[in-house]
Amino acid sequence: MTPGSTPAACAALLRRDLTLVWRRRGDAFNPLLFALIVVALFPLALGPEPEQLRRIAAGIVFVALLLAGLLALDTLFRSDYEDGSLEQLVLSPHPLSLLLACKIGVHWLTTALPLIVLAPLLGELLHLPGEVRGVLVVALLLATPLLSLIGAVCVALTVGMHRSGMLLALLVLPLYVPILIFGAGACNAAQAGLPSLAPLLWLAAALVLALVLAPLACAAALRISIS
Amino acid sequence: MNILLLWFHKLGSPPTFYRLAGLLLPWCYGIGLVLGLVALYGGLVLAPRDYQQGDAYRIIFVHVPTAWMSLFAYAFMAANAFIALVWHIKLSEILAIASAPIGAAFTLIALVTGALWGKPMWGTWWTWDARLTSELVLLFLYLGVIGLNAAIEDRRQAARAAGFLALVGIVNLPIVHFSVNWWNTLHQGSTVRLMGPSKIDAAMVWPLLLMALATHIWFFGSVLMRARIALLQLEGGKDWVRRVALDEGAGND
Repeated sequence: MTPGSTPAACAALLRRDLTLVWRRRGDAFNPLLFALIVVALFPLALGPEPEQLRRIAAGIVFVALLLAGLLALDTLFRSDYEDGSLEQLVLSPHPLSLLLACKIGVHWLTTALPLIVLAPLLGELLHLPGEVRGVLVVALLLATPLLSLIGAVCVALTVGMHRSGMLLALLVLPLYVPILIFGAGACNAAQAGLPSLAPLLWLAAALVLALVLAPLACAAALRISIS
Repeated sequence: MNILLLWFHKLGSPPTFYRLAGLLLPWCYGIGLVLGLVALYGGLVLAPRDYQQGDAYRIIFVHVPTAWMSLFAYAFMAANAFIALVWHIKLSEILAIASAPIGAAFTLIALVTGALWGKPMWGTWWTWDARLTSELVLLFLYLGVIGLNAAIEDRRQAARAAGFLALVGIVNLPIVHFSVNWWNTLHQGSTVRLMGPSKIDAAMVWPLLLMALATHIWFFGSVLMRARIALLQLEGGKDWVRRVALDEGAGND
């Protein structure tokens, strides 16, 4: 790779972000713990009857992962904004959307992927039927990148604000509604013995669309909030 | 320069807009109020009872126009946000932000009147039906735009960020509508159609359409009012604002 070229810049950014995550690897467990605790709260609130838990297990796991992802979103740009490297990214001659796509990718790898690995275990805690487990993991594999991409656009709008947590939730959660409906809908359909392919395909279509559009929107939003 | 273009550019300048909006404002409120009262009289007194729903259906004359307005206001906000982001027109930023709270109010009225209507007809205040849910999501989108606008210190940057969010929302809105439709539907289908015959009696249609017209005119009146105030705040230190303040101060003495 030629030094100074766009691929080299992306590779350097990927290496830097992964190194940063590795140096603070303890932080990576926080979303996992959060999701585990949220899931553990539901039997305490609703009662331990396996029948009832089995019925709502997929939905609870989905919502718990969505909330964990929402809390993790805040770290996407925060440290980069604080040490000024985010402004350097905006000023760099390489396409900002591409660089941001790299950042979002690393963020998804380090926060969402461990959650997906944990998801079958969470399902087991709630007596999720075995045949739904596969659909749940596939739905999450399609849905969590969408959550990261859409969330990144909203994070870019609130970057630099103090105490943006509640506001970020207000901006992001309405946009998450369709993803939740299709993702949890696929699991519920599988649990009822119905075909679950259609909602998964819709999720995949939305993911393709978001992969193209969201980095561009994220770049535009970042330029607005760092102007 | 072309006359139309010149007029357009003049309209975009804050002092001209401020003056013109001041002239239009009483007319918007006046006509909106009169038409609204006529439509209410037509709907509550003149229109016949429904054979199935009795008199309870009459809330339609508030519920349906406000529900239409909740979508219209969002479209108006998003169109202005688009103009503001592409051509950096200050006035469009102000119009977009001014329409957000009004649209949110219409959405809230539509939700509340819908709940009041749902209690006698469906036997429940709220149900997780497709249309109700997407209207609720619409309210959250409005609140997000208002919240983001309020959270940023710099007024113009706030307007641009909130406008961008409104645009993201309008891409998402059809998807939300479609997905919740797929998810669950109880709400009755559309009874008023632009194309083809409506499934509603003519004596019920005219108050409904008149009320829709009245709410539109009232909406523009409210937008102009809010935009005038926002302009004064934004341009606080400029000469024309000082002149306006001096003139109105002199008028009051």
